[in-house]
Amino acid sequence: MLRDITLGQYYPADSLLHKLDPRVKLFGTMIYIISLFLFDNLWGILWITLSLVAVIRMSKVPFSFMIRGLRSIVILLLVAGVFNLFLTPGEKLASFWILTITKEGVKNATLMTIRMVYLIIGTSIMTLTTTPNQLTDGLEKSLHGLTKLNVPVHEIAMMMSIALRFIPILIEETDKIMKAQMARGADFESGNIFQKAKNMVPLLVPLFVSAFRRAYDLAQAMEARCYHGGEGRTKMKPLQYVSRDRNAYLLILAFFVIVIVLKVVF
Amino acid sequence: MALELRDITYKYSAGTAYEITALDHINVTFPDGEFIGIIGHTGSGKSTLVQHLNGLIKATSGEIIYNGQNIYDPNYSMKELRTQVGMVFQYPEHQLFETTVYDDVAFGPKNQGLDDKDVALRTYEALEAVGFPQELCDVSPFELSGGQKRRVAIAGVMAMKPAVLILDEPTAGLDPMGRDEILNMLKETHERTGNTVILVSHSMEDVANYADRIVVIDKGQIKYNDTPKKVFQHYKDLEAMGLAAPQVTYFMNDLKKAGMPVSTDATTVQEARDEILKLMGRK
Repeated sequence: MLRDITLGQYYPADSLLHKLDPRVKLFGTMIYIISLFLFDNLWGILWITLSLVAVIRMSKVPFSFMIRGLRSIVILLLVAGVFNLFLTPGEKLASFWILTITKEGVKNATLMTIRMVYLIIGTSIMTLTTTPNQLTDGLEKSLHGLTKLNVPVHEIAMMMSIALRFIPILIEETDKIMKAQMARGADFESGNIFQKAKNMVPLLVPLFVSAFRRAYDLAQAMEARCYHGGEGRTKMKPLQYVSRDRNAYLLILAFFVIVIVLKVVF
Repeated sequence: MALELRDITYKYSAGTAYEITALDHINVTFPDGEFIGIIGHTGSGKSTLVQHLNGLIKATSGEIIYNGQNIYDPNYSMKELRTQVGMVFQYPEHQLFETTVYDDVAFGPKNQGLDDKDVALRTYEALEAVGFPQELCDVSPFELSGGQKRRVAIAGVMAMKPAVLILDEPTAGLDPMGRDEILNMLKETHERTGNTVILVSHSMEDVANYADRIVVIDKGQIKYNDTPKKVFQHYKDLEAMGLAAPQVTYFMNDLKKAGMPVSTDATTVQEARDEILKLMGRK
């Protein structure tokens, strides 16, 4: 029953985007997000749409996977759109009852919707083409400079990858314990919210116990293999830039420059 | 009165690219009052099969008849079925959750809607059956040793007095003594109450010593469904499935090959001993 939940949403494919260094993708996504909030005219929209389409084509990931994330923000989009449409003061276009639509309102609502939709699509391209482990690796390496400021970058990255690694295991465990308690007559479906919460106890207690047991086992296994934190630790697959990564950086910068030019000129 | 599977097929992630057929047209009947062993290699589908028996997994196609009623009938009460067909999962101690041993074992009977007196009666009875010391009933189950936890968890299912008791690898991870104690306890309860016991295992020795009948599963299909003696005659086939016959079977076959006129159908050490003594006495 819980088996069908997919996590992280990595979509395996053999594309240039998949092969790109995760640091490049993180940087590119950051620039892309900044650009989304910089543009304010038609030319900007056109340029960003064009680039987005090119990247989508390059990723070889079906488009339906990218818009999947949009489902969860439909309500947010509607609320933001409606508020922007009716509550922006400016030149009056139409009005009925106490609601007024202004020219600025239409513009704001359109821009806001485009920004949010593009934001979701753009960031899901990154998570669809990068495995969670690559992502944490990339983050760790990119933020390495912060260690000088006493930020435990390696530890945070390690925690992130362990947490991600454990999610499917805990889902499986939940499934198993649920079945075991259902076999003893437990009921997880009926009753009001308080009864439901109470009925969860036979599921949650064993789940916590098992999470602690696994954490303890993992800590011992790591220690047995001489894990001692990030200092002096080498990687099995160290991140190294190759020529395509450098070219990608140049392309991202070129993209950004054009966004700025379009904003300044028009 | 029996538990009957008719043409059961089960597919994981049916309809997607990741579809795996775990059970492939299974037809089998588990008559009342038998002690049945189900053996199969890891991933053969044996755990999936037994989870069908109390409706925790619904078959992709086929039907299951319990005491003449189809359990997939929309009006059939799954809750009722689950009190009739008890299921002990692998590592059952991982499901303990209550603050005391007593409360944990009483969880099942309470869900059956029994009154306090009956709940107490069944709880103590089940704890006694698994050989759990009564003075530890008010201890937290998390303070017990692994073997004791396992007993408490098994008692938690037995307290519901299921007519059919299914156990999925109940001895995994126990030492030999703990293993024998649990299996002996199951056999004893089986003989005393006449319940049906379905024991899932990949240890031939366990199954050979206790089961009346063995069902061998390989790649989601039933290969053999017969008495231990007959099934272990096919020890070469069992090896091909990644299983093995009890060591005694190999020993007797080797003896025969070496020229001793022994019968090779002994499946337990006791039977082998009797067979050899008989032979020596005749000589």
